[in-house]
Amino acid sequence: MTELSYRDAVRQALIDALNADERVFLMGEDVGSYGGCYAVSKGLLEEFGPERIRDTPLSESGFTGAGIGAALGGLRPIVEIMTVNFSLLALDQIMNNAATIRHMSGGQFNVPLVIRMATGAGRQLAAQHSHSLEGWYAHIPGIKVLAPATIDDAYGMLGAALADPDPVLIFENVMLYNRAGTRSDTTVDITSAAVRRAGKDITLITYGGSLWKTLEAAEVLASEGIDAEVIDLRVLRPLDDATILGSVANTRRAVIIDEGWRSGSLAAEISARIMESVFWELDAPVGRVCTAEVPIPYPKHLEDAALPQVPGIVAAAKATFGTTK
Amino acid sequence: MPSLGADMEAGTLVEWLKAPGDTITRGDIIAVIETQKGAIEIEVFEDGELTALLVEPGMKVPVGTPIAVINGEPEPAAEASSAAPSSTEPSVEPSPVPVSRAPSKPDVRLARTQARISPAARRIAAEQGIDLTGMTGTGPEGAVISADVPSHAPTHSRGLDLVEMRKAIAAAMARSKREIPHYYLSHTIDLTHAQIWLEQTNAERRPAERLLMGALFLKASALAVAERPGFNGFYTEDRFQPSDAVHTGVAVSIRGGGLVSPALRDANILSLTDLMAKMRDLVNRARKGQLRSSELTDATVTISSLGERGVEQLYGVIYPPQVALIGFGAVIQKPMVIEGTVLPRSTVAITLAADHRVSDGQAGARLLNDINKLLQRPETL
Repeated sequence: MTELSYRDAVRQALIDALNADERVFLMGEDVGSYGGCYAVSKGLLEEFGPERIRDTPLSESGFTGAGIGAALGGLRPIVEIMTVNFSLLALDQIMNNAATIRHMSGGQFNVPLVIRMATGAGRQLAAQHSHSLEGWYAHIPGIKVLAPATIDDAYGMLGAALADPDPVLIFENVMLYNRAGTRSDTTVDITSAAVRRAGKDITLITYGGSLWKTLEAAEVLASEGIDAEVIDLRVLRPLDDATILGSVANTRRAVIIDEGWRSGSLAAEISARIMESVFWELDAPVGRVCTAEVPIPYPKHLEDAALPQVPGIVAAAKATFGTTK
Repeated sequence: MPSLGADMEAGTLVEWLKAPGDTITRGDIIAVIETQKGAIEIEVFEDGELTALLVEPGMKVPVGTPIAVINGEPEPAAEASSAAPSSTEPSVEPSPVPVSRAPSKPDVRLARTQARISPAARRIAAEQGIDLTGMTGTGPEGAVISADVPSHAPTHSRGLDLVEMRKAIAAAMARSKREIPHYYLSHTIDLTHAQIWLEQTNAERRPAERLLMGALFLKASALAVAERPGFNGFYTEDRFQPSDAVHTGVAVSIRGGGLVSPALRDANILSLTDLMAKMRDLVNRARKGQLRSSELTDATVTISSLGERGVEQLYGVIYPPQVALIGFGAVIQKPMVIEGTVLPRSTVAITLAADHRVSDGQAGARLLNDINKLLQRPETL
């Protein structure tokens, strides 16, 4: 096992998918000649040619719709959208076509489409390139929403998504691309949440770019005698209730860390499910650490202040214990 | 919800032993409720058909709340009084019991004096029959959390909670001393003859049937108060209501601290053998926390005997709404002058704590003399 980056893992997944199935192709803005705005597809044009690595115009609705058509026609398209902010131009295609056609055709037509997009803040790309809107997509029945946070998931989720007969959206947090690690040979599913750190005192529920901050916060808490369990959601839709609720029932406390805005967020949905199912197991109100409800600022200090950070996660976790811990 | 004592404000229904449609007769035990004195079996005082159950197991309701309907359409007020005809306690003003609260109303929450209880702690406490009232927890803002629920608690809801019992005693005794103008009398009597009679009687009996001096004290006291109604009955609503029947409250100390005085019904007409058997049963059940509702409310006078604890005199605090408490100290060898000669005799000091609103010292003195006379002729008891 050699050291590789999250970006390398996604690229390797693309290469392996393109090699494994000739129906697979990649299209999106700057994926070919430029090698992808986050350099994920660098070198692929040379290796696989312009038929399968296709640069598109700046027309998210158009090329996402083309992807849907290609999927209906029997291909296995991977559509890359540069950032989730831009995906709103394709929202009509995603929600009104990709997510509905199987239902509206009475099950006659599946849409085996994979859409990859970058999400999240932290690179000083300002308010039109930094938002975390995956929680919105997790609202939509008919699609699956994935948030790989580890090297293994960055590699393995793409293949699993391509094997799925229905539309799958993969959100890659921009702060993870340079994260290095090793890849294991374990098989990756796209149905379950993962316990990234076992603990007995509190459950910290998170996903994507916030996973690593949360694991760091868990170590801080451990040094103060609080044994935190960290759950990586991995799959934002459908949520793995059994893992989430089972953990909270054990620890009796939960804090949700979500880079999305707090109001109407995925964190709100998880909190509601905890209330519905394990209210009588709780020893403290559910806590949330979300992004400040402002457009993501450009200046570094303000951007940092707007996002969930380790001290805030630690404080929210400790608040569920009152004054004794 | 019947009142099972002057100090009871609310009770938690633990289980129903009858279902709607069941035919019930007076004396049947229809439910178990949890009070500060432990789990109590509730008897019914009517014959008929149980029509409806109004309170779910686990619910805590104020005294006076209708909990079931017998014979027909729900008529809350009438049913409530028929469920507890022997209750002499003026109904406690029903105060809302904080079984749940809305966390979204901080102003309401701040007005409460009770600590918050987490959902988990609340569920565990309900399952184990533990009352968390008054506890301070270790959770956020002092909330009682699951880890604070006492682990030594009984796994079933039957049994005694000594902390709660102490609270109940505190409430009843404080009320007694606040409201009742006590007067006290003491009379030391010669118990030698009674003791000899008791030894002779027990010599002919099997161990399980032997009598204790306490049974003689109880019977003599019951006979005496039956003739002097100013010491037997209830003081409620600013007047004394004498009782024809004599139901002696037998003070039973609980190991580990605590006291309960369940009623031994018709003590004045029971034979000594029956009385002794009932005393044993009552003490046994009181210490296990298995008393019945009527036993907690029916006592018309309390008899307290310190037994072999070795002190001479006991000055009692009247258990409201009763009006008298007769105490017996330890039986002690003392010199007494008998027909001009000093002789060693077995003696006991009988004391009376009585309600001066109802009786005076003169009457109290006659009562103690009556008890003395009865104890001098134990064969007639």
